[in-house]
Amino acid sequence: MEMLKQGEIKMTQDSQTNVMVMEDDEVQRSAFRGLEAKNLHAWFGTHHVLSDVSLRFPERTVTGLIGPSGCGKSTFIRLLNRMHEFIPGAAMAGQVLQNGEDIYAPEVDAAAVRLKIGMVFQKPNPFPAMNIRENVLSGIKLAHLKVTDHDSIVENCLTRAGLWKEVKDRLNTTGGSLSGGQQQRLCIARSLAVEPSVLLMDEPCSALDPGSTLRIEETIKELAEKIAVVIVTHNMQQAARVSDFCAFFLTDGGPGYLVEAAPTKILFTNPSDSRTADYVQGKFG
Amino acid sequence: MSATVTDLQQTIAIPAPTTPWRRTRGEQLGTAIIFLISAVAAACIVLVTGLAGVDGFGLTLFVIFVVVTFVRTIRMNAKVRKDEFIKIAIFAAAVLAFLPWMSIFASVVMKGARGFKPNFFVGDMRTTIPDDELNLGGAGHAIIGSMMMVINATIITLPLGILSGVYLTEVRGRLTFLVRFVVQSMSGVPSIVAGLFIYTTFVDFTNSFSGMAGSLALAVLMLPTVARTAEEVLKLVPDDLRSASYALGARQWRTSLMVVLPTVRSGLTTAAILGVARVIGETAPLLLTSLSSNSYVFNPLGGPIGSLPTYVFGLLQIGTENAINRAWTGALVLMLLVLALFTTTRFIGGKDRR
Ligand SMILES: Nc1ncnc2c1ncn2[C@@H]1O[C@H](COP(=O)(O)OP(=O)(O)OP(=O)(O)O)[C@@H](O)[C@H]1O
Ligand SMILES: [Mg+2]
Repeated sequence: MEMLKQGEIKMTQDSQTNVMVMEDDEVQRSAFRGLEAKNLHAWFGTHHVLSDVSLRFPERTVTGLIGPSGCGKSTFIRLLNRMHEFIPGAAMAGQVLQNGEDIYAPEVDAAAVRLKIGMVFQKPNPFPAMNIRENVLSGIKLAHLKVTDHDSIVENCLTRAGLWKEVKDRLNTTGGSLSGGQQQRLCIARSLAVEPSVLLMDEPCSALDPGSTLRIEETIKELAEKIAVVIVTHNMQQAARVSDFCAFFLTDGGPGYLVEAAPTKILFTNPSDSRTADYVQGKFG
Repeated sequence: MSATVTDLQQTIAIPAPTTPWRRTRGEQLGTAIIFLISAVAAACIVLVTGLAGVDGFGLTLFVIFVVVTFVRTIRMNAKVRKDEFIKIAIFAAAVLAFLPWMSIFASVVMKGARGFKPNFFVGDMRTTIPDDELNLGGAGHAIIGSMMMVINATIITLPLGILSGVYLTEVRGRLTFLVRFVVQSMSGVPSIVAGLFIYTTFVDFTNSFSGMAGSLALAVLMLPTVARTAEEVLKLVPDDLRSASYALGARQWRTSLMVVLPTVRSGLTTAAILGVARVIGETAPLLLTSLSSNSYVFNPLGGPIGSLPTYVFGLLQIGTENAINRAWTGALVLMLLVLALFTTTRFIGGKDRR
């Protein structure tokens, strides 16, 4: 609940700074800056897997999502950038608002939403028909963005993903020739290149060594100077290290739900729910 | 620290790379020698007993080899022995499956070699009658005609086939069922019916047989093969890649075009090859559409045009000795043409990087 308060404080600040821009739009002016899930539900067929999750991801913050396997964390973040709808039989209820605008509104272009709200998957999936350089630039090409200085984007993104040193001499080899962890860092570089305003990461470091993990965490913190980052992780230390806020999900065999969301420090040291305390101390899950 | 590391690297003798899982030279040589001895023994038996020719030789060789292996492995353990016998069985099965192809190829090469002269590739039959000496005339016009028709058919079919594959696997629109049904039933269309279809439409409409009509008939036959192969190949693309592309803000058609299709480039080449293989020897539809010609025709709309299958067919009907010789050479060139076509497409198509 602390988190919501924080978000609200931010909201008033933001709406002050943005009054000039959005003067003539009553709704926009009071809108929360960032990404917001309102009473989200998700189904696969008739299987209700996520129930009534409301959560705010303010700009310039990192939010960690934790919880045992199968509690719907991946489903939840896939709802946040409209990747959920690619699964046959998927359904949802509730709203996802970006800067106050519903991304599921009928007139909204889903591809544009995904361009703004990027995603890194758990399993590395570089494009096999492209070389390393083309992989980094693929988002720019796929979304038809106008960019002039390709070389500096490649170097900048690969550096931030902690891969530049290893691959700078073989940018023309295929992405598939990299090790699993290198491929994942390539995928992270790829999603940085299109400069999303929210980045969703589903267990991005589960295939990485400690060194690269640290490098990615630095990148996440860097990104959080500008945008909102949402990271699903099973690694409690990682959640504690990188996130400003943390949300704990759980399932009791039925649909997954949000138990508690709070600033990370509070969630780890003084959670309001005993189940959270048990989970973060490794007593179950 | 670094000094010791280099010191270590210098003092450690790097061993030569080995492949202990492979059989050694000696073992391979042993098998080869045993095989050779068996072959000689089989040849002797065939010569002495007068068993029937090549078949008899193969059978005897097989029996001897089995017996020799039995003796050779008598002291080995049961599992290794079983392994040896299964190897022989698999090898024999492979040879058996390969045999018909080999014998067809060998007879075409032997019979076609007589007329396999330079003039066969450049000359035509305008001033030569089939009974003339084999160093007169040729099938240049038929080679060009065949190539032209097959290439045009491929140009028509490949985009259509790939598009319908994309529709079936990527778009999955409302007509998926219908498209799949049509493609499947098209693959059952007898080739003569494809010819008749073009005859009653295109040939009737243009009022003339032509290379274009031939190409269209071949395209009708090629399309189902290409479309179905393309569909199967596209199905193999992991969904992860599509997800990755969509998550980068790509639209469906850009995802198909820039991510999915490039990933299966060599598979699509295979689709094209299978399509060409399906039609290059077709004779019946061409008799109704491109007919045949004795001279070079380069205009696809310029009236009847020669092709290798109709060339062979026509000469076989004449039936005199040199005509039949020419027909065999035509068949040989057709086979070589397919081979050359496949090699170049493989080369251009490259390998999949998946
Ligand atoms: N494609 C799908 N079709 C049907 N059910 C699915 C599908 N994907 C996930 N589910 C179900 O939805 C529930 C939530 O899955 P989800 O992948 O969101 O869990 P998660 O919290 O990400 O777990 P993990 O930590 O193991 O990644 C699970 O019960 C799962 O069985
Ligand atoms: Mg998950």
